[in-house]
Amino acid sequence: MTFLIPNMMQEVAEKKNEPSIVIKPKSGWSLPDFKELKEYRDLFYFLVWRDIKVLYAQTILGMAWAVLLPTIQIIIFTIVFGKVARIPTEGIPYVLFATVAIIPWTYMSQAMSQSSMSLVQNQSILGKIYFPRLIFPITPVLSKLVDFSISVVLVLAVMIYYRVAPSINILFFPVLVIYMMAIAAGTGMSLSALAIRFRDVKHALPFVIRMLMYTAPIVYSAASIPEKYRLLYSFNPLVGVIEGYRSCLLGLPFKWEFILPGMVTTIVLLFVGMMYFQKMERTFVDVI
Amino acid sequence: MNNQDLAIEARNLSKIYRIGLEEEQHDSLLTSLTAFVKSPLKNYRKYRSLYKFEKKDMEAGQDGNSDIIWALRDISFDVRRGEVLGIIGSNGAGKSTLLKILSRITPPTSGSAKIYGRVSSLLEVGTGFHPELTGRENIFLNGTILGMKHNEVKRKFGQIVEFSGIGKFLDTPVKRYSSGMRVRLAFSVAAHLEPEILIVDEVLAVGDAEFQKKCLGKMESVTREGRTVLFVSHNMGAITRLCPNAIHLEKGMVVHSGDSISVVRQYLSSGKATSAERVWEDDEDAPGGEVASLQAVRIKDSSGMTVDNIDIGSPIGLEMRFRVKKDGFLLNPHFHLFNQSGDHIFVTMDLDPRWRGKRRPCGTYTSTAWIPGHLLNEGRLFVTAAMGTLEPRLNQYYVRDAVSFEVIDNLQGDGARGDWTGKIDGIIRPLLKWETEFSKENQPCDL
Repeated sequence: MTFLIPNMMQEVAEKKNEPSIVIKPKSGWSLPDFKELKEYRDLFYFLVWRDIKVLYAQTILGMAWAVLLPTIQIIIFTIVFGKVARIPTEGIPYVLFATVAIIPWTYMSQAMSQSSMSLVQNQSILGKIYFPRLIFPITPVLSKLVDFSISVVLVLAVMIYYRVAPSINILFFPVLVIYMMAIAAGTGMSLSALAIRFRDVKHALPFVIRMLMYTAPIVYSAASIPEKYRLLYSFNPLVGVIEGYRSCLLGLPFKWEFILPGMVTTIVLLFVGMMYFQKMERTFVDVI
Repeated sequence: MNNQDLAIEARNLSKIYRIGLEEEQHDSLLTSLTAFVKSPLKNYRKYRSLYKFEKKDMEAGQDGNSDIIWALRDISFDVRRGEVLGIIGSNGAGKSTLLKILSRITPPTSGSAKIYGRVSSLLEVGTGFHPELTGRENIFLNGTILGMKHNEVKRKFGQIVEFSGIGKFLDTPVKRYSSGMRVRLAFSVAAHLEPEILIVDEVLAVGDAEFQKKCLGKMESVTREGRTVLFVSHNMGAITRLCPNAIHLEKGMVVHSGDSISVVRQYLSSGKATSAERVWEDDEDAPGGEVASLQAVRIKDSSGMTVDNIDIGSPIGLEMRFRVKKDGFLLNPHFHLFNQSGDHIFVTMDLDPRWRGKRRPCGTYTSTAWIPGHLLNEGRLFVTAAMGTLEPRLNQYYVRDAVSFEVIDNLQGDGARGDWTGKIDGIIRPLLKWETEFSKENQPCDL
């Protein structure tokens, strides 16, 4: 039986006098150890893979759920907000208007709530084994992308139906994907660290997420926000993502005044999330 | 000591916890109502205080009159490369906390530890197993959770499957496995970890007899491979067999350290270890199968007293109390005896004519096997209590080293020792009958 892979042996030899780990009490603020995270990329891969694999286990419809739920939501919204309330959509057919917003929103709401509850749900692993805890809130951000990719089919179908050809704007699509992942990650890191200490998060979260939907131009158009509130409004990063997707997919001019302020918020959220998580990380096990 | 030889260097490790989290009782609607209104702020302070320690807490804790408990207090020790160190102590002595700190699961409150090399810790087998995933998938998932790389798991996949013996069910979801199969699979993954430093907590106490033997064998080979191992166990037999050195923790502090045989001996004689008797109060936790479960095992002398030390010339009673939950089985209660070096000395089965070949009704049974005096050698002996049904053959329980006792030679000259005062080797020391014939020679003796 072999017990050390050759390159590991070398690594050990080089660092013989340096402790590979120093354990001591830790306090203060710091950024995560990205080098260590990279070491654990295989685990990342398997946890994401587990999430995907397990999500539709023992279901009849399987991955069709990823399309079915947003479809129903789009139908209801079209009836309620498009037909009954007749919300102005700047001339875009309501189905099209809602679809390009609901798909990214579905991703963000699911990734945010799963990520926020990730530590509480994995507390049995938390107390038994060490690996960088940051893996937990990040995993749903990645695994939910699978559902997102599947449901993009729905967007394509609606676009084909309304004969909307993709414009050059489509090149902005990857940026928007990263943008929305960053929002989910930032929120997830902060809230998961908070949730393990105060389970109040668990009770508030579903409600907050439902309310968040109305803070973003999903069922209505951002243009209907009065001019003087627009800057304040667009610091909500959800506004930027949704407006961004709409312009990107439907080939409309980008409204940067809605997109850029949210990016600032997102970067702040991401750093605050990482640092808060890092600060709380080592006490997680003691407060489970 | 040159620090090139060091694997772990722990200095003044301390860990404190706050326990003052009891709920208040309210005796009227009004008081509970006002408490309810005031509670959010109070709850906030309470949960916040869980991990905030002030300097005064550290000092107050010293007198013991606060809501602080010291799980570990100023622990310092070194572990050399390739050393196998056992950690013993009664429940709540701080063993698990120490392992958790060294595995980086929880940070110390003060002090530090330097670790030289790749660490894997096994505080529980099967961490991260997902019931919906198949055995194959769980091997990969669990392997990476335990710190293996994907390629490493791939390379050892065959060995893991073979060791677990679940080959046929590899592609079945783990939720359809029996608990035994799950444990075997989990241990097999864990057993193929190959870190430089391995931290193990009680994982040997799983599975049936056959599998336990396999696990212990695996542990033995791991320790022979020159890896550094930290091993926590309540199983004194395993500690003395596997670890040349041991430390004994009590109330978060090191009481003794040194070679494991003397540390174990001191531990057992400290009265902290209830080595001669073990009772399972709760049927839930009691080892057992569908037919019978173990309630208690003890060592007694001829007067029926529980004893830890017994004279080499006195008969020794091995007693087990068990509960039969299903009517109509032929039962085979038996004991295995092992010595400190792990030699299997004998197996003895219940031959009481009142029950031999008879199907047993439900109820509680107490069976005793008597070992005659002047049979065993001096030293500590470990008793394994086991039970099986005969037709069909089903294991009910197998509790390795359930109890232990010390055989002591009183040097009275009535034993097999005779007039010899030196060391006597051997697995047993029976008092045998000697006969000596003599015939006188006709020639005188050589000069």
